[in-house]
Amino acid sequence: MPDRERIMKSIEVKNLVKTYGAAETAVHALKGVDLDVFEGELQLLVGASGSGKTTLVSIMGGILSATSGSCRIRGAETIGLGQKQLQKIRLDNIGFIFQGFNLFPALTARENVEVALDLKGFRGAEMRRRAGALLERVGLGAKLDAYPADLSGGQKQRVAIARALAGEPRIILADEPTAALDSFSGKLIMDLLQELAREKNRAVVVVTHDNRIFDYADRIVRIDDGRISERIMPEKGMAHHHGMMHTTFEPAAAV
Amino acid sequence: MASLALKNLFHDKIRLTVTLVGIVFSVVLSSIQLGLFVGFQRATSDILYFSNADLWIASKNVTHAEDGVPFSERKLYQALASPRVERIEKQIFQFTTWKKPDGADTGVLLVGFDLAGGMGAPWNITEGRIEDLNQPDAVMIEELYKDKLGVSRIGETVEIRGHRAKVVGFTRGIRSFTTSPPVFTSFKNAQNFFGLREDQTLFLVVKAKPGVDPESLKSELQSLMTDVDVYTRAEWTSKQRNYWMFGTGAGITVLIAAFLGLLVGVVVVAQTIYSATVDHIREYGTLKAMGASNFYLYRVIVTQAFLSGLIGYAVGMSVALLVSRISLEGTTAIILPKELVVGLFFLTILMCVGASVVSINKVTRIDPAMVFKG
Ligand SMILES: Nc1ncnc2c1ncn2[C@@H]1O[C@H](COP(=O)(O)OP(=O)(O)OP(=O)(O)O)[C@@H](O)[C@H]1O
Ligand SMILES: [Mg+2]
Repeated sequence: MPDRERIMKSIEVKNLVKTYGAAETAVHALKGVDLDVFEGELQLLVGASGSGKTTLVSIMGGILSATSGSCRIRGAETIGLGQKQLQKIRLDNIGFIFQGFNLFPALTARENVEVALDLKGFRGAEMRRRAGALLERVGLGAKLDAYPADLSGGQKQRVAIARALAGEPRIILADEPTAALDSFSGKLIMDLLQELAREKNRAVVVVTHDNRIFDYADRIVRIDDGRISERIMPEKGMAHHHGMMHTTFEPAAAV
Repeated sequence: MASLALKNLFHDKIRLTVTLVGIVFSVVLSSIQLGLFVGFQRATSDILYFSNADLWIASKNVTHAEDGVPFSERKLYQALASPRVERIEKQIFQFTTWKKPDGADTGVLLVGFDLAGGMGAPWNITEGRIEDLNQPDAVMIEELYKDKLGVSRIGETVEIRGHRAKVVGFTRGIRSFTTSPPVFTSFKNAQNFFGLREDQTLFLVVKAKPGVDPESLKSELQSLMTDVDVYTRAEWTSKQRNYWMFGTGAGITVLIAAFLGLLVGVVVVAQTIYSATVDHIREYGTLKAMGASNFYLYRVIVTQAFLSGLIGYAVGMSVALLVSRISLEGTTAIILPKELVVGLFFLTILMCVGASVVSINKVTRIDPAMVFKG
């Protein structure tokens, strides 16, 4: 049942290579990575500093070009596409969450979300309503008109999540979303991301150093010097999973 | 999108202030310089322009209106041979000296016109009557130059080229481009002041019959006469303007200042918009990662530039119009015609939007992968 498998795979990375620079100064950041991310799955990407995690999510998110290999976003190959096509793929499929939040300081929480909604083609009252609902969903219904400067780190990250959810993308990519947060806020953020994967059946990839959040993972992929070194499927994560998931990938095993 | 541009613009008040000061400065400087240019231009030729004559006949090869050489009034009768001529009058238009009641000398521009016909007569007379110029030695002066001419009221006497002259009236707003104020008198009086022979004149001014094309009448008169040149009003005023504005370099100076004003504006705006763009580069990168097209980012930047231009222009032009109004009380008029006000609006907007091109170039090159960098 290859078709069914294809649909379930939100991201399919094969033999991905990324080399920064050339000749003597070349940095081999990814040395042939294979990785699948499934719908409804919260996948953690862990590894030492400089191992290539950010490089990998950047390529998966269509904001960085690869040197070679393949990366399919919901079935569509993205390697070798031009800027314009990649922009469209990002717009339609991907929500980003950043360690530094990357909110617009001049805009209120609601307006920050509205910018993303505007990009996705929502206007006027519908845009306002959706922005309010998204912030409500991340528990910030009372902070619609607050500016980022007046929000805590955890609250800022929740605004960023609401923004990433604008237009209901099927894939959420987060690079160290909890690194700048205390453990309570970090948990809140991970609860939200887990809920997104579980209830909305999204594919969620979280790059992290933060072993406090390993419990949230449906799968943990360890990357080591540009190669996948380990794939772990924690028991806890497995218990939550719907049946279909189990049939589509190998039991957790080191590669 | 518009709200992002607007909010970003107003978020950093200091930067906005710097941008606006730059634009306001640029608008004020360039509009005042251009207003001076227009004011100067008018001052050089208003008397000619408002003279109501269609053609001027002058001695050969004059470079400007104050450069006339006497010629015989017989030319007047030669010109009258054309049936298309309505009227011809003699005129004097020349620099001379004026001795103030206190004995000091100053230069004036003496305008002697035909009182009966009235071509070249002063307008905006605020005191006295034009008929008073029929009196021998009577002159009218511009009230803006009362101090300069050492005269404060009607009836005072002075000397023009050694001849007694009496002030019989004042005009309002007839400016001189040079340091020599205009002094109006009858042709006859002017002839006396200059000691011109009875049968000589400096210029002839011609009124064409209604419906006659001045161009064709010019050719006809030119063919009837030798040793003189015939000019249409447009030719004569532009000869005068070009001589004073460009021949003397005076106009170039103000035009250069106006250009520098605009240049300062472009540089300031480009610089502040660029530094604003650089400061917000992470936000632009985030927008790009979120799927915004380059075009979307351009719109944000151009909208900001446009709004800055709009506000800066509104403030700058208000200041310039105020200065222009005040200047009309003095001898140096800053004149801002509607075309100039409208033209500068578009120029300012163009300048601001143009200045944002550097920034547009910058966001085009943003690598969206920068968003994950610490
Ligand atoms: N733009 C770049 N140019 C050159 N080398 C780069 C660039 N970005 C990353 N690298 C190099 O590629 C390697 C992988 O970097 P990457 O940022 O993907 O690591 P990471 O796993 O995200 O590390 P960290 O946990 O510190 O964020 C590193 O050796 C890094 O120095
Ligand atoms: Mg990283």
